[in-house]
Amino acid sequence: MSKKLISLADCCMAFDGELVLDHINLYINDSEFLTLLGPSGCGKTTTLRIIGGFLTPTSGEVMFDGVRINDIPPYLRQVNTVFQRYALFPHLNVFENVAFGLRIPKTEGEGRSRKKVKLPEEEIHQRVLEMLEVVSLKGFEHRRVTELSGGQQQRVAIARALVNRPKVLLLDEPLGALDLRLRKDMQNELKRIQQQLGITFIYVTHDQEEALAMSDTIVIMDQGRIQQIGSPEDVYNEPKNAFVADFIGESNILDGIMHEDYVVEFFNRKFKCLDKGFAPMEPVDVVIRPEDVDIVPKDKGQLKGIVTGVTFKGVHYDTIVDFKGFKWLIQTTDYHPEGETIGIILNPDDIHIMHKSQYSGMFGDYSSYSEEYEELEDALQEGGDEE
Amino acid sequence: MPSRRAEMKNKRSLFAVPYVVWMALFVVIPILIMVWYAFTTAESGGTLDNFAQMGTYASVFLRSFRLAAVATLVCLLIGYPVSYWMAREGAGFQRVAMALIMLPMWMNFLLRTYSWMSILENNGLLNQLFRNIGLISLVNRLTGSELQYFPMIGTSGAVVLGMVYNYLPFMILPVYSVIVKLDHSLLEAAQDLGANSARVFRKVILPLSLPGVLSGVTMVFVPSVSTFAISRLLGGGTQMMLGDLIEQQFLGGAYNPHLGAAISLVMMVIVVVCMVVMNHFGEGEEQAVML
Repeated sequence: MSKKLISLADCCMAFDGELVLDHINLYINDSEFLTLLGPSGCGKTTTLRIIGGFLTPTSGEVMFDGVRINDIPPYLRQVNTVFQRYALFPHLNVFENVAFGLRIPKTEGEGRSRKKVKLPEEEIHQRVLEMLEVVSLKGFEHRRVTELSGGQQQRVAIARALVNRPKVLLLDEPLGALDLRLRKDMQNELKRIQQQLGITFIYVTHDQEEALAMSDTIVIMDQGRIQQIGSPEDVYNEPKNAFVADFIGESNILDGIMHEDYVVEFFNRKFKCLDKGFAPMEPVDVVIRPEDVDIVPKDKGQLKGIVTGVTFKGVHYDTIVDFKGFKWLIQTTDYHPEGETIGIILNPDDIHIMHKSQYSGMFGDYSSYSEEYEELEDALQEGGDEE
Repeated sequence: MPSRRAEMKNKRSLFAVPYVVWMALFVVIPILIMVWYAFTTAESGGTLDNFAQMGTYASVFLRSFRLAAVATLVCLLIGYPVSYWMAREGAGFQRVAMALIMLPMWMNFLLRTYSWMSILENNGLLNQLFRNIGLISLVNRLTGSELQYFPMIGTSGAVVLGMVYNYLPFMILPVYSVIVKLDHSLLEAAQDLGANSARVFRKVILPLSLPGVLSGVTMVFVPSVSTFAISRLLGGGTQMMLGDLIEQQFLGGAYNPHLGAAISLVMMVIVVVCMVVMNHFGEGEEQAVML
C-alpha cells in the first residue's frame, strides 16, 4: 500500500528571480491523503501546480511512479485537479462537464500499434452517472452548471476530475469559497470519497483544522520551505519549530535552557519533560499547549500568574495569564475572573522542547492577544484569494 | 395621489424624453415614411408594383449578399487569430495593438477609400511597384500575356478589400473583448482533463468566444451589405451593390424613391431575418453579447 507514487527531489521554483520554492523534497505514497498546509504565499499552490504540470520547476526532479515527468504536459499526466474556483465549463451542462475527460480519445499501445481509442457512448454514460451518484448529484445531469449552488458546483468539479480514474487527485483549496457549515459537510464527503475510491489526494489549504481533520500526512510549508512533514498527531504534538507550533493550533512558546536529558529550565525553574538528545545547556524553545495547563490555587502551583483577560468560547474560556510579564493563553473550563492570581502545574508530557530556529521569538506570546486574532482572520481572508 | 416614489420615477423618466423624441423623429417616422413609399407609386397608392419590379435587380441583391458574406468571412479569418493572439499578450502590448487597430478609424472612411483607389489604380502605387520590380513583365513572359498593369480596381476583389479594411476593427473588438475575459483556469481545467491545445481551442475557447464572433459578424455583415461608396469607388461602376442601387433611386439618374424605399425595406427584412437566425443559432452556447 505505502508505495512512493510521486516524489519531488530538490525542487526549486523561481519567478522573476524570486525563489518561491526552496529545495523541496517530498514524496507522496499511493492512496494517501496528503495536505500541503501553510499561509498564503508559502508555496503550497506552486507545489501543487508543479505536480499538475502547469509549472515546470526551475531545478529538481518530479517523479511519478518512477518516471521523470518534469516536461510532461498536464494533458498527458495521470493526475486530475479540482480547481480553487471549480473552473466548470459554463457552456456545458453537468453531464457534459463530467464527461469532458472521457470524451477525449486516448492513445493506446506503443510504436506501430499506437492508436487513438474512443470510449463507447454507453460506457461514458454509465461512468458519468456512477460518478454523479458518488458525489450525490444524481438527477442533476441536465442542469446548467451556472444554475448550481457553490457546494453543487464543487461536487461537479470533483466528479469531473474523478471520473477519469486518475491515480492522484489534486485539490487546490477546494472548500475555500464555501460557508462554514457546507465546508464541514464537504470535508467528511471528501474523506469518504477518498477512502471509497482509494485514490491519492493531494490537498492544498491554509486552514489547519481542515488539514488535521482530513489528512493522513500534513506537510507544513512557509516561505517556500517545508517546515515539517508528519501525521496530524505528530505535527500537533511534536511541532518541529515555533512556526509549526503556532500555525497548528494555539501555543505558548517560551525561551528555555535544556540542562540535561529530561530537564528543562524556564522562568528560572527546572521542569521535568520527556525530551532528550539536546546538547547540555542548549537554548531551546519550549511549547506549552493552552489546553494542557492545569490551573490550581496560587500556593499550590509551580508558577504563579495574574489573569488579565477572559473570553468565553463556548466549550472553554480563553484565559490570558501574565507570568512575570510574559502572557500565556490557557484554555480552561473553569472561570477565573480578571485580576485573580492563580497557580499552574505542568506535567512532563505537557512540555514540548524544540531546537531554536529562525522563527524563535516570533510566535507564542499572547501579550497582544486581540491583535493576533485579527491577524488570523486577515490571513484567512487573504488565503481565500490566493492564486 | 401618486406616491413620492412614483413621482420620483416620473421625474427620472423625464430624462429619457430627448432620446425618445429623437428616436421617434429620426428612426420610427422615417421607417414609416419608407414603408409608405414602398407600397405606393407616383401614380397610384397601395400597390405592390415596386416589389414586382425588383426582380430586375436580383443580380445586385445576390452580389451584395455574396460580397458582404465574403468580406465578413475574411474579417473573421483575419480578425479571430489577431484577437486571440492579442488577448494572450501582456497588457501593455494589448493597449498599443488596440490603439493601432483603432487609429485608421479616426479618419473619415471616404478618405481611406480614396487612398485605396490611388493604391489600386491601373497606374497606381501597387502597379508602379510591380512594374518597377519587374513582376508584370515576368508574368507576361510566363503566361504569354501582354499586360500593362494588373487589373485590380474595378474588381469584386477590390470591393471586398475595401470592406475588409474598413470593417475589420468591428470584428476584432468584440472577439478580442470576449477572449480576453476568458477565465484562464478553464483552459487549465481542459488541459488537466486530457485535452491537448487543439482540443482546448475547439472545445472550450471557440464555443466560449462564439458570442463575440456573432456580434463581430453582425457588425461587419450589416454595414457591408448596405455599403455604397466603397463599391462605387473601388468597384469602378461594375460592382453595383444594394447601397448604390438605392442611392440611384433617391439621388441619381434613375430617380424613383418608391422603388428605392421598396428595395431598402426588403434589404432590411433580409438582414433582420439573418441576424435573428444567427442569434438563435448562438443561443445554445451562451447568451449572445449584442453590441
